[in-house]
Amino acid sequence: MSGLVEVIDGGIGNSIQDAGRFGFRHMGIAVSGCLDLLLARCANALVGNAPDSACIEIRAVGPALEIKHGRVRMALAGNLCATLMRGDGRSRQLLPWMSLTLFPKDRLEIDTLTGGTAYLAVTGGIRSPLQLGSRSTYQRAMIGGIDGRQLATGQLLPCATQEHRQYHESQSVPWAYADGPIRVMPGPQEECFKPESMQTFLRAEYRVSAQQDRMGMRLQGPSLVHVTPQAADIVSDGVTPGAIQVPGNGQPIILLADCQTVGGYPKIATVISADLPRLAQLQPEQMLRFCAVNAAQAKAALRAREAQWETWVSGIAFGLANVSALYNDPTAGWDCAGE
Amino acid sequence: MKIRLLALGDSAWTVEFGETIDPALHARVLGLAAALAQARAALGEGGAFSGVVDVVPTFRSLTVYYNPLLSDGQHLGEELLRLAAVAGTVSQGGRHWRIPVCFDDEFAPDLNGLAQSKGLSREAVISLVTEANFRVYMIGFMPGFPYMGGLPAVLEVPRLATPRKVVPARSLAIAGAMCAVYPWESPGGWRLLGRTPVPMFSVADPISPSLLNSGDCVCWQAIDRPLYLEMEAAANAGVLDRNSLLLAPGAL
Repeated sequence: MSGLVEVIDGGIGNSIQDAGRFGFRHMGIAVSGCLDLLLARCANALVGNAPDSACIEIRAVGPALEIKHGRVRMALAGNLCATLMRGDGRSRQLLPWMSLTLFPKDRLEIDTLTGGTAYLAVTGGIRSPLQLGSRSTYQRAMIGGIDGRQLATGQLLPCATQEHRQYHESQSVPWAYADGPIRVMPGPQEECFKPESMQTFLRAEYRVSAQQDRMGMRLQGPSLVHVTPQAADIVSDGVTPGAIQVPGNGQPIILLADCQTVGGYPKIATVISADLPRLAQLQPEQMLRFCAVNAAQAKAALRAREAQWETWVSGIAFGLANVSALYNDPTAGWDCAGE
Repeated sequence: MKIRLLALGDSAWTVEFGETIDPALHARVLGLAAALAQARAALGEGGAFSGVVDVVPTFRSLTVYYNPLLSDGQHLGEELLRLAAVAGTVSQGGRHWRIPVCFDDEFAPDLNGLAQSKGLSREAVISLVTEANFRVYMIGFMPGFPYMGGLPAVLEVPRLATPRKVVPARSLAIAGAMCAVYPWESPGGWRLLGRTPVPMFSVADPISPSLLNSGDCVCWQAIDRPLYLEMEAAANAGVLDRNSLLLAPGAL
């Protein structure tokens, strides 16, 4: 038996994403996938999914969902809450970092995010069709998600159902990224910039502008100067999420998951893999700094992040939940004592 | 020619053969792509290239993307440089396509202006375009968008000073020394000379959603409006056979 979730209101800026679509970049197809892969992993882990399962990425006005079929466990990861209205009219809050099981006619209204990115995972992952090896929504080519579109009213999201009458709800501490500058590796076109501009880039503060989407994020700050005006345009070469390109106006743009595959602006530096998810949590007007690391440091940072993830997962606490108690008592939820 | 290995962060290497648009450079790019594909097939799982997830040829470089959790990036970079030094060139061997284009006024808003500015007749411009062979350097900008060289020098023209807000899908376009087809309706500043009924991108083909690939060769065949409409209807119904447009299947 499978679960089915109806989108009552798509909200704004929400999409189905998984770990991304690989193997098609030579055809101009973006890699896409969750902007904050770690938070998506957390949400998935809280409902017992494989870490890379497809989930809902929430970027602005949260969606409203209703269970059509099956018992569907859900969990939010990120800095927002949701209101759960049970089919019998009672309501309660769904906090992030804990799972909760919903039943047919239950409705979940997810709050609006003031910035950053959050994820909602459901039992078994969202089982929308795989396209080119991924469920990630890529609007530009109208692939992935449901009909290649963002979450929209009336869409039906297939998922799995909670089979057993008794199971464990889960709860965890919030995932937290370390503070500090965003770590980059210089290049690949650092020689297109005056040496003092590289110093500026690594010393100055940059402001995150409101001009951002899943393709990229514009920053505002001290202008970065190319060695010659001609150096602001290069013969296009490969780009990647995290690459920081600087057009003629000297203001950097960080490319994100839906970025194009090649580009003609020189790239002063590239954000390391360990810090890529942190970009998804930057809010407009926030200030940020960069610092340069080498390949060995980037590797160590990625290993440290994976170790942090293992620790976080092992810290998930489970409590036995009783389905009928849950359903009848709106205040019931996660119960550490179990039965 | 000095080959440079450039780190694109900790998850990709760009092997750069030069900094210009040049068929000789591109032949080396495709030579390395072919050698890499061969080495990956020969070594299989666990080889030096096992963590590679994407390989993107451009005009002048090959970018090799890898999973930094599965690959030793340093070792991969060294292996790529070694391979680049011994890889040959591939200047031919891509698929050879003949793709129909309708040059009717409605589809070709910039054709008359281009002819006038070059002191040519409209028919002469069409002849120049349909007699040339175009080489696909790379796919980029948007899914399935082919950057093609081979435009006769007499037709070279800058982009529009003010890009159009809407370029219809499947428009044949030129800018600078390049030729392309817009796979999707989008904004764009290239000059529009015609329209093909053939989709440049189709997700219904899970192996090759992009019609064209880097290294392919394309020539354009002028068709009249009735045939254009017939083929467009066939494409919309999903019964246009891509293979019927192939002059040679290619060895890549």
